[in-house]
Amino acid sequence: MTPTLDVARIRKDFPILSRTVRNERPLVYLDSAATSQKPLAVLDAEREFYETANAAVHRGAHQLAEEATDAYESARARIAAFVGGRPDDLVFTKNATESLNLVAYAFSNASAKAAHGGDDLDPRFILSPGDSIVVTQMEHHANLVPWQEVCAKTGATLRWIGVTDDGRLDLDELDSVIDETTKVVSVVHQSNILGTVNPVRLVMDRAHQVDALGVVDACQSVPHQPVDVNALGADLVAWSAHKMLGPTGLGLLWGRQEVLSAMPPFITGGSMIETVFMEHSTYAAPPKRFEAGTPMVAQAVGLSAAVQYLEDLGMDAVAAHEHRLTGAALERIGALRGVRIIGPRENVDRGSAVSFVVDGLHPHDVGQFLDDRGVAVRVGHHCAWPTCRRYSVPATTRLSTYIYNDESDIDVAVEGIVAAQKFFGV
Amino acid sequence: MDVESLYQDIILDHYKHPRGRVLLAEPSGESHQVNPTCGDEVTVQVALDADGHIRVGYEGQGCSISQASASVMSEMVDGVDPREAESVRRAFVELMHSKGAAEPDEDVLGDGIAFVGVAKYPARIKCALLPWMALHDAEVRAGIDTNAEGAQA
Ligand SMILES: Cc1ncc(COP(=O)(O)O)c(C=O)c1O
Repeated sequence: MTPTLDVARIRKDFPILSRTVRNERPLVYLDSAATSQKPLAVLDAEREFYETANAAVHRGAHQLAEEATDAYESARARIAAFVGGRPDDLVFTKNATESLNLVAYAFSNASAKAAHGGDDLDPRFILSPGDSIVVTQMEHHANLVPWQEVCAKTGATLRWIGVTDDGRLDLDELDSVIDETTKVVSVVHQSNILGTVNPVRLVMDRAHQVDALGVVDACQSVPHQPVDVNALGADLVAWSAHKMLGPTGLGLLWGRQEVLSAMPPFITGGSMIETVFMEHSTYAAPPKRFEAGTPMVAQAVGLSAAVQYLEDLGMDAVAAHEHRLTGAALERIGALRGVRIIGPRENVDRGSAVSFVVDGLHPHDVGQFLDDRGVAVRVGHHCAWPTCRRYSVPATTRLSTYIYNDESDIDVAVEGIVAAQKFFGV
Repeated sequence: MDVESLYQDIILDHYKHPRGRVLLAEPSGESHQVNPTCGDEVTVQVALDADGHIRVGYEGQGCSISQASASVMSEMVDGVDPREAESVRRAFVELMHSKGAAEPDEDVLGDGIAFVGVAKYPARIKCALLPWMALHDAEVRAGIDTNAEGAQA
């Protein structure tokens, strides 16, 4: 049996949750898919690092530099282990968006260099007209726009796997959309707008069948469910620290060692080199090759504490807790008159982001009513504008939960939706 | 401050019964504006009639604030002298930047005064301004001289 979460105890670790908003209303935070709140353990870890060990890492011959480097690399090891990876295969970036750009740029940079006679480039990253890149119709802009740019630079064609009316990937298209022309397939694990948990293993296996590289956007899965990067079957996996109790300013990219080693650098400069001459340079092995400049040390230390916090709760327990809340949200919001859920209504392979539209009411107005009751939700297209268009809605209201929410939070939201309907007479 | 002061009756009335919500037969300038954070959209068209008065047409979709603001805009500027339209527009923009502390002049802004509460919600100011930005852009595209006397550029 998976242990249940003691929400009342957990909430004590998050000082922000006891503040009030708008007319002294208790804060009901239902926007963790945008960013999670941070427990004291994470804040303390960052503070302690700055108070006791702050120095530039991998430089300098002094004791503080050694201790800071050790803190940074220990954080890398713990975070990598959290997803079943090796420390050398985990790259620190600024956020998931940068991680995905790092991968996209490996393709456009390799292609540009190949056009100028570069000869030490891995052909898997060289794109030309006739090649295709595959994404899905439920991608966050962070896993769509960078690929559009790669296509514009290389002449490759962007293709996508469509979505069904009930918010699932249209797997019937899998074998036709991913074909011999495909060089890379990049898919979201858990959709931030629909809540869908995609069968990424299936998609990655199809990608490998045609010798394409496979990328997974795990922004919404790593914080909410146990994830083993090896089991995903991907070559590269991207996510962000700030959605999993960690600090802002830190992103992650895990890659299979052989694939990372074959990738040209993205951002260049100090710390990522092996040797530098006036005319040219050679580059360090991964992960350092992708970590130019002074890195985010305190943030890595903070994320390490967040990982510890999640491990203490147990990711199985986290997933079970959220599954229960998702069920309650789907049921209670789905039962409201004039409310339509955008995304799977069945609580199967389903994350806790629940998007909906209210007949006759714009999401912005719904969000405003919820805000008036202290409920923080996200409204808009959730950086998935093409997905909104697919479902013929200009925007949605999205409620998303985490470890510190319970069913009463959903009830407050439901009351707010009903109040908005009443006020606007719809 | 609560939500009822944001959604004053005048705003709700314009939202539910938009005034002048049609496109022009022969626009001389058009502007389509979107609010990329929430997907509000508005298209505003302008032309000058035989008397040199500005004619305004629009359509759009979005939240109550953006759509009511478009309706108020049409009511206030359709059929007036372009310079007068510009002074209304500037007064509305100023109201939106007042943080809710302004005492708007009904003689200038008409039903636009109902938007004073919007200025206290930073996320909604963009919604209210959207049609007015489109108006200005459409005027520029149409080559309409809107320079109100004494107004800063
Ligand atoms: C599915 C998904 N992908 C990518 C991102 C981008 O993450 P970030 O903004 O931290 O770079 C997000 C969140 O915003 C997301 O939910």
